[in-house]
Amino acid sequence: MAELEVEIVAADHFVWSGAAKMVKARTSDGEIGILPGHSPVLAILAEGEMAIEPVSGDRIAVVVDGGFFSVDNNRVVIVADNAQLGDAATAGIR
Amino acid sequence: MGAQIRVYRQKIASTTSMRKIFKAMELIATSRIGKARARVAASLPYANAITRAVSAVASQSEIDHPLTTEPEKIRRAAVLVITSDRGLAGSYSASVLKQAEGLNELLRAEGKEVKTYLVGRKAQAYFDFRGRPYGRVWTGGTDAPEFATAQEIGTALLEDFATDFAEDGVDEIHVVYTRFKSMVTQEPTVIRLLPLEVVEEQAASESELLPLYEFEPEPEQVLDALLPRYIEARIFAAMLQAAASELASRQRAMKSAGDNATDLIKKYTRLRNTARQAEITQELSEIVAGADALAS
Repeated sequence: MAELEVEIVAADHFVWSGAAKMVKARTSDGEIGILPGHSPVLAILAEGEMAIEPVSGDRIAVVVDGGFFSVDNNRVVIVADNAQLGDAATAGIR
Repeated sequence: MGAQIRVYRQKIASTTSMRKIFKAMELIATSRIGKARARVAASLPYANAITRAVSAVASQSEIDHPLTTEPEKIRRAAVLVITSDRGLAGSYSASVLKQAEGLNELLRAEGKEVKTYLVGRKAQAYFDFRGRPYGRVWTGGTDAPEFATAQEIGTALLEDFATDFAEDGVDEIHVVYTRFKSMVTQEPTVIRLLPLEVVEEQAASESELLPLYEFEPEPEQVLDALLPRYIEARIFAAMLQAAASELASRQRAMKSAGDNATDLIKKYTRLRNTARQAEITQELSEIVAGADALAS
């Protein structure tokens, strides 16, 4: 199965990147789940937590306070004003 | 004669202590440049992502957004001048201000009013001294800008941009800052921030073509949310570049000041030695002359 290539950037630093099976985000309209092969989307993120399920390892939670994300060709770019990795186990990766 | 030596000694002492300050400032600037450049690099992914997204929305949908439409007549322009808080950075602030003055003249020649916004105490001092009015000023932390400051500036500028001309609003926004080209070249640069010129770039290859995005919620709302962020990112990028340039200029200025101090110390040491030698010679000849006078 194809994988998603995820990249999370905040205004002044790079947060996380890696391969993932699924990304779940909250937009201003509601929740959206992205699986590999999703059609291109550009959406506004609502404040809150989003979840990324990496190919290997535990699910990662990221707390964002507004921003947007784009999906095209299995590439997910999450651009947040401020993003914090929520999971303590992975908080070290920056 | 003794007085001459004392003067030279004092000069040597004061130049030495100044050289210590120059050296220290040079070291501080050098150690901070690396960090400042890393911050410029760290802000790039965000800036790239946001630029890509803005051009995707703007090129795909036929939206007339106030931020992208050129007003019919531009009557008042805002100019944001980014300088430093502190001096001792050579001609850094002066050249930005000179560039800003040039832009000012150009805009006035085009029949536009100019409203100035300042960043850095040096710019504020320049305008205060000349008794010239300015819109708003942000000071503090020009050598390590915070994103929050950029957000604040962005909000203030957008607010003025959204206001009508009659109520002191502006029709276009320019930014004057120093671009960090390399450690030895920094260039005062002017960019026009608003209205945006969305350049529809010619895609070089198939893979660079922007895909047809679905927008959520609506293209207008997406653009509404994206554009302020884009502006903030541009301002923040300009501030980071300016910070790196400031530190590089300061390092260079302090290095040449230190070198000059070393030269001066050398020169004064020579002069002091000559004076001391002259004194000894004179004393000797006085003793010899005295002895001669007694003997004869």
